[in-house]
Amino acid sequence: MSDALIHFDKVSKTFGIMTVVDDLDLSIGKGEFVSMLGPSGSGKTTLLMMLAGFESPTSGTISVGGKRVDALPPHKRNMGVVFQNYALFPHMSVADNVAFPLKMRGASRSEIVERVTKALDMVQLGAFHERRPIQLSGGQQQRVALARALVFEPEVVLMDEPLGALDKKLREQMQMDIRDIHHRLGLTIVFVTHDQTEALTMSDRIAIFNHGKIEQIGGPSDIYDHPKTQFVAEFIGETNLLSGKVSSASNGLLTVTLEGGQSIRVASAAALEPGKHVKISVRPERIELRSSGEGQNELKVKISDIVYHGDHLQIQADTGSRSLVIKAPRNVVTSQIGQEVVASFSPEQCWIVS
Amino acid sequence: MTQQSGLSKRVKSCALIAPLALFLVFFFAAPLVTMMKTAVSDPVASSALPTVSRALQEWDRASTPSADVQKAFADDLRNITDDELFGDLVRRLNSAKSGFRTLLVKTRNAVAEDQAITDLVAVDKRWRDSAFWIAVQDAAGASLTDRNLLAAVDLQRDTGGAIVSMPEGTSANRTTLFRTMIMAGVVTLCCIAVGLPFAMVAASTTGWKRQLLLGAVLLPLWTSLLVRTAAWYIILQDNGLINLTLQTLGLTSGPVPLIFNRLGVVIAMTHVLLPFMVLPIFSVLIGIPKNLMPAAASLGAPPIRAFLLVLLPLSLRGVVSGALLVFMSALGYYITPALIGGAKDQMISSVIAYYATGAANWGMAGALGIVLLAATMILYVVYLRLSSEEARA
Ligand SMILES: Nc1ncnc2c1ncn2[C@@H]1O[C@H](COP(=O)(O)OP(=O)(O)OP(=O)(O)O)[C@@H](O)[C@H]1O
Ligand SMILES: [Mg+2]
Repeated sequence: MSDALIHFDKVSKTFGIMTVVDDLDLSIGKGEFVSMLGPSGSGKTTLLMMLAGFESPTSGTISVGGKRVDALPPHKRNMGVVFQNYALFPHMSVADNVAFPLKMRGASRSEIVERVTKALDMVQLGAFHERRPIQLSGGQQQRVALARALVFEPEVVLMDEPLGALDKKLREQMQMDIRDIHHRLGLTIVFVTHDQTEALTMSDRIAIFNHGKIEQIGGPSDIYDHPKTQFVAEFIGETNLLSGKVSSASNGLLTVTLEGGQSIRVASAAALEPGKHVKISVRPERIELRSSGEGQNELKVKISDIVYHGDHLQIQADTGSRSLVIKAPRNVVTSQIGQEVVASFSPEQCWIVS
Repeated sequence: MTQQSGLSKRVKSCALIAPLALFLVFFFAAPLVTMMKTAVSDPVASSALPTVSRALQEWDRASTPSADVQKAFADDLRNITDDELFGDLVRRLNSAKSGFRTLLVKTRNAVAEDQAITDLVAVDKRWRDSAFWIAVQDAAGASLTDRNLLAAVDLQRDTGGAIVSMPEGTSANRTTLFRTMIMAGVVTLCCIAVGLPFAMVAASTTGWKRQLLLGAVLLPLWTSLLVRTAAWYIILQDNGLINLTLQTLGLTSGPVPLIFNRLGVVIAMTHVLLPFMVLPIFSVLIGIPKNLMPAAASLGAPPIRAFLLVLLPLSLRGVVSGALLVFMSALGYYITPALIGGAKDQMISSVIAYYATGAANWGMAGALGIVLLAATMILYVVYLRLSSEEARA
């Protein structure tokens, strides 16, 4: 990417014998919102800490705006960081917390007052200037942390699971707020999270981490609909993994014989040799429980369980060799447990993963 | 049913704390109260004049007392065989009404010569004056005095009963108290100077390094105070470890006087009291969230400013508790200044020890103890005030 603001070039980080970040390349454009998603211990925080300057890479280089920052101490990097547990200064009032970065930059008194007021208004905390952090709720503290990280108008804002400690409702509210601020101020945000929904709803791009490497990076729908690997398919959302052997290939359509003998067709750009073992991912909500139009894949299944989920039903169906999970709207399902039905999905809705 | 179980629960919990409560009462509260009582009790007149105070009960405090009273007083005087007790009595009465010195001596001689004497006015006209009898009645009937307490801070009552300073050079309690405060203050400051950085280093490390550092502070707590002081006694000698090292390194030509002076006392006491500074600070420091310093750095604070603006203010609570602990313990220190200090470095506790064991003046020992206790209490109240204000803020 030529207009990349942040550039990781072959960055590795080892602690002792453990490689935490492994030869990683990543470019982040100006104004982009990039989420890092991955299981615990996959190196997300470590990567963020290297960007913020709290850890230094074992090898490789990091540059921001074309300049290498490896040798720059954290306080000179001019990045706003929002920590997981807010990291507000407990002995200072909310206003003093937010004023802190401005004081460090030698802003004048009147300018500090003005910008602190503006920042606190932005996060809807205009009435809380004199409170101490402990006198605020979790969500309010998080908003103070956000205001503090934004008040000095940094180019880049790093957030490490900033919403992890909040309840669902508040988290969704804050997700909207952060997205809104991102759009309004045109910030570049690097956002670490555990929560796939959070990543899917907020980001321009998502990087899926596994063992210190990026398994896949791309837009939310790209990642969700076209997972490249089994890990990504299973990590983002729920999926059904079918394994089988390619029996023929033509016109971008593979015919795959599944374990158990039934065969399906899969749209694939790659022409794979017949006889090759493949794994196919199908999202539960892409499967319908009825025979439908021409060209659809159809699997004979027997319903083994139906679970009520409020807005949808989750159905376990047995193909004979494995169990499929199907997500179906409530009103279209008329089947009973034990019934034999046809599960269908289009060749475009399934995906070969490695 | 539930009431009954509630009651039995309460009985059980009372039974559980009973041993501790009894222990506290017998070994802490009771001796404390006894010492305080000794400090203010005034047994001289009542023990020297056991019968006259009952005889004076009917007296109208204006006329010359009856012959019965005068006889009782004469008997009491005659029965005083202990000259020291007589001296105390004279001093006690004379401090209430001047003139008693000559009057009592004269009367005592008279009653000793004439066993049957009953008319004291005949011995000395002054016995007609009711003021003397009032002094006798008050002294013999009184059981409390503020004399020891006043003396503890170099005050006394003049003959008119007003509180005045003792004459210059007769007592040095005030100087000693003042010196005690100064020494305790200096030791506290030294403990902060050494303990704060130490606690910070200990809190910033992990694993065996932290254990080692904490062990180094805790180890002294596991050895007896006397042993530690004795160790310093050896180390601080003119040919002790420190002076030998200094001279070997060529830093000084002769030995630096470290023992029998204030420097030595401060060094030894700082070492002995250091754990009480390090531990509170350490516990406050490890309670500070780990990400505050990185947060300060990310907001643009260079390390030193981050330290001054974030870590230092947050550790202050530990410093204050530590300072209080150290200061209060230092106020009552005895062994260390007694062994390592010179005559001019003795603290108030050695004066107390002198009165308690040397002069057998339990009243003065108790009074000085009360003064020390009061000073400590005042400090503690101030601390509570400050800390509750801080908690409210
Ligand atoms: N300072 C350190 N010393 C040694 N090992 C470390 C250090 N920091 C992190 N690690 C290790 O590096 C690995 C990755 O840690 P990191 O914090 O980057 O994971 P993460 O992806 O952020 O996980 P989580 O989602 O749980 O926060 C972990 O196994 C962790 O134990
Ligand atoms: Mg993390």
